[in-house]
Amino acid sequence: MTTSESNNILIAGGTVVDSSGTRQADVHISNGVIVDALDGDPDITIDAAGLTVSPGFVDLHSHLREPGKEEAETIETGSRAAALGGYTAVVAMPNTDPTQDCVSVVDFVRRQGQIAGLCDVHPSASITVGRAGEQLTPFAELADAGVRLFTDDGNGVQDPLLMRRAFEYAKGLDVTMAQHCEVERLTGGAVMHEGDCCSRLGLPGWPSLAEELMVHRDIELVRLTGAPAHFLHLSTQKSVALVRAAKADGLPITAEATPHHISLTDELLASYSALYKVNPPLRTMDDVTSVRDGLRDGTIDAIATDHAPHVSETKEQPLDLAPPGMLGLETALGVAIAHLGDMELADIVACLSWKPAAIAGLGSVHGRDVVPGEPANLTVFDAAEEWEVVPAHLASKSRNTPFVGVPLIGKVKHTVLNGILTVRDGSATR
Amino acid sequence: MKRSLLSISELGSDGVQRILDLADTMAEVSRRPNPKVPALRGKTVCSVFFEDSTRTRLSFETAAKRLSADTMTFAVSQSSLSKGESLRDTIETIAAMGVDAFVIRHSSTGAPWLVDGWTKASVVNAGDGWHAHPTQALLDMYTVRTALNRPEGFDGLRVAIVGDIKHSRVARSTTAAFKAMGAHVTWVAPTTLMPPVVDEAVTDRLDDVIGTDGEGVDILYMLRMQNERMTEALVPNLREYTNRFGLTPARAARLAPHTLVMHPGPVNRGVEIAVDLSELPGAVINQQVTNGISVRMAVLYDLLSANPDPTSDIEITEAVAAARTEQP
Amino acid sequence: MSQDRAPKAVLGPEDVRRATTRMAHEIIERNQGLDGVVLVGIQTGGVWLAEALGAEINRIDADVVDDIPVGSIDASLYRDDIGLRPVSPGSVSNVTFEIDDAVIVLVDDVLYTGRTVRAALDALGDYGRPRAVQLAVLVDRGHRELPIRPDYVGKNLPTSTDESVSVTVDGVVIA
Repeated sequence: MTTSESNNILIAGGTVVDSSGTRQADVHISNGVIVDALDGDPDITIDAAGLTVSPGFVDLHSHLREPGKEEAETIETGSRAAALGGYTAVVAMPNTDPTQDCVSVVDFVRRQGQIAGLCDVHPSASITVGRAGEQLTPFAELADAGVRLFTDDGNGVQDPLLMRRAFEYAKGLDVTMAQHCEVERLTGGAVMHEGDCCSRLGLPGWPSLAEELMVHRDIELVRLTGAPAHFLHLSTQKSVALVRAAKADGLPITAEATPHHISLTDELLASYSALYKVNPPLRTMDDVTSVRDGLRDGTIDAIATDHAPHVSETKEQPLDLAPPGMLGLETALGVAIAHLGDMELADIVACLSWKPAAIAGLGSVHGRDVVPGEPANLTVFDAAEEWEVVPAHLASKSRNTPFVGVPLIGKVKHTVLNGILTVRDGSATR
Repeated sequence: MKRSLLSISELGSDGVQRILDLADTMAEVSRRPNPKVPALRGKTVCSVFFEDSTRTRLSFETAAKRLSADTMTFAVSQSSLSKGESLRDTIETIAAMGVDAFVIRHSSTGAPWLVDGWTKASVVNAGDGWHAHPTQALLDMYTVRTALNRPEGFDGLRVAIVGDIKHSRVARSTTAAFKAMGAHVTWVAPTTLMPPVVDEAVTDRLDDVIGTDGEGVDILYMLRMQNERMTEALVPNLREYTNRFGLTPARAARLAPHTLVMHPGPVNRGVEIAVDLSELPGAVINQQVTNGISVRMAVLYDLLSANPDPTSDIEITEAVAAARTEQP
Repeated sequence: MSQDRAPKAVLGPEDVRRATTRMAHEIIERNQGLDGVVLVGIQTGGVWLAEALGAEINRIDADVVDDIPVGSIDASLYRDDIGLRPVSPGSVSNVTFEIDDAVIVLVDDVLYTGRTVRAALDALGDYGRPRAVQLAVLVDRGHRELPIRPDYVGKNLPTSTDESVSVTVDGVVIA
């Protein structure tokens, strides 16, 4: 057994932040569980003076690319990136090849995550077979295999009838439909946000309306069917307002926002670099402000990375030819603290940990309060450290981060998964 | 340090003026019995066209040859891009053969900027996506300058650009150039053919800019209307487009005598220009083509006469400083 | 450096006028009747001098019916140092007469390395095939790098290579 897998760990002198509040406390871990005190000396002592100790982060939205695009990321490299970002659990998006639309593929993804052992990898599954938008996947079989989130992410379900059936059929299965909101008839060929920058650059625009129409449609379908919905990567002012109103009506709706939609704007596309191409696109400062407000007032529940690795060759292409997506797992905390400066740290951590854990159906294992008896899934980070990302130092197999040169605040030092250090002193242990 | 021509805004109004002045010299060369000078002997200009445009390519290659540069052509139909070779590989491979300037046409916005970052050769944007076509804009400015004899600038000149602005790199670059020269530009199009956000003066009434009493615009710049726009529900049909936005005989008759009619070519006859060009005394469309060669000579000379060696990192300023002390 | 030296006037306006008159006489004398003779000033310094020589020839040879044709040529695009230093044509060549079979008197203000004259000779060749080309310069400052010699010289002026010579109608200054 290596030292990182030792049984008894003491995290000493840190500030614990969890859903119950903030306090100074030592944390004792024995055999994967938080305990009152250790029997004997700890095998490992972590000096957490000046650091924050929180429940492990949970990402609702990671593209780990395996199976199908292992040249961009594998479940192992993606898990390592996640661990370095402070994550103890990630939800793997189903737009793999083959699609995560049946139990065998879902099981494969979960097993690869277990083999890597860096992070709990929870596969989501697609709403429709092959994400083709035509036929529902076997929700019940997949739910039995542990799937809680269903999404055709990368695409929204275009057909309103099919989506109505999905909500209706999902009822009672304890699963959540997670929608990528984009009316594709309005975004054909779109490269970036429709606005003055796209007008100047002569690029086909992705209008905010295309997102908002589908947010509105699904809110009404939730109202009609009573089935829960989760909105992926909200990006526009009006989307946030629609969700705020729906929540006020008491509808079972949750939502997430990405680090890039709270920090970057469409003007970056004027660099012609496809690093800034993402779907939904980077929008205006007004939208960024609205999304931040949504996180602040709880309209948006979670910060989710939409971690989307792509090999350099594809991102070196011109804007319209390059695929959308950017890395997120290793920079999420740094972006969140840097750009949500007026939020309480505990509220930011809530958006990274226990709130997404609940949405993913992982609330019994992840995002738990840091108290004796709970599983030791923890993140230890320096909430004040300023740093800059160096692409070559990333654990991800890909390098497509848009945050080079962007000051980040908050760096993960240690990550504990089931009582085992997956990250120690900022380095992955395996 | 190499220089490139990627957009009018990066060239700036001083740069536009410099190219137009140089184009006078090049136009004189083009008028000679032997329209060729040895200025760029030993330089190699490679045109890399990922989008078909025989006219623009020939114009650039003629310009390069009149300056005695060697020319190479890479056309996408003969390329290996279809085999998955990346744009970067293509450029780096050609650059390794020894190229002083790339002339790039690409259907993607920004492609010439990417190429510019990958090579020490100069890059000329010969049209990228719907974005920019700076040499077209420069030849348009040169045509107006010579036709109206306005070498100092276009202050007070009123320009109307008519048609499919949204999908037109020509409209974007030519508008920027007209404004850099001091002219006032109005865009004339239905909202479906405008970009989503517009900073220019706009109207959807062509008759208003043509006027009725000889008080119409000084420049009527007609854009090419492409058939595929109908299928995208941007205009109902060509008949209605021509009735609203075409230069019809009735409108031609109302044109002020001083109004120049311009078009980037090729003209969609019967659509945006529904009148015999020989009956349009203000038409300078052929002059635009002729001037294109002189202006592209000026651009190539401007870039390459200042680029000692694309494989060296010597700043031109050092070479200049060294040469100035020896200047006879 | 040349900039550190105090400028020194070596010819005054009257000297320039006298030199021009003498060169005009020499051109008339050498080209009996001035049949087919044209003056071509090299842009930019030779242009005013070519015009001054033309005016002087017309004054002296007033019985000639037609004024002697005067043109100009910009040799920038023929220079051999393009790319080594900024070489920008500052003007447009003006050759409105037939070059074929003409006797051309190329005119420049200062003859130095000979490279500008070489470029001008190449440029002329692109307009046609002259019967002969002669060279008139107001100042020959030496330091030739090419086998070129003037036919008419206003003033031989020994200089060092780090000096610069400027010539105007108001005189010649070494700095």
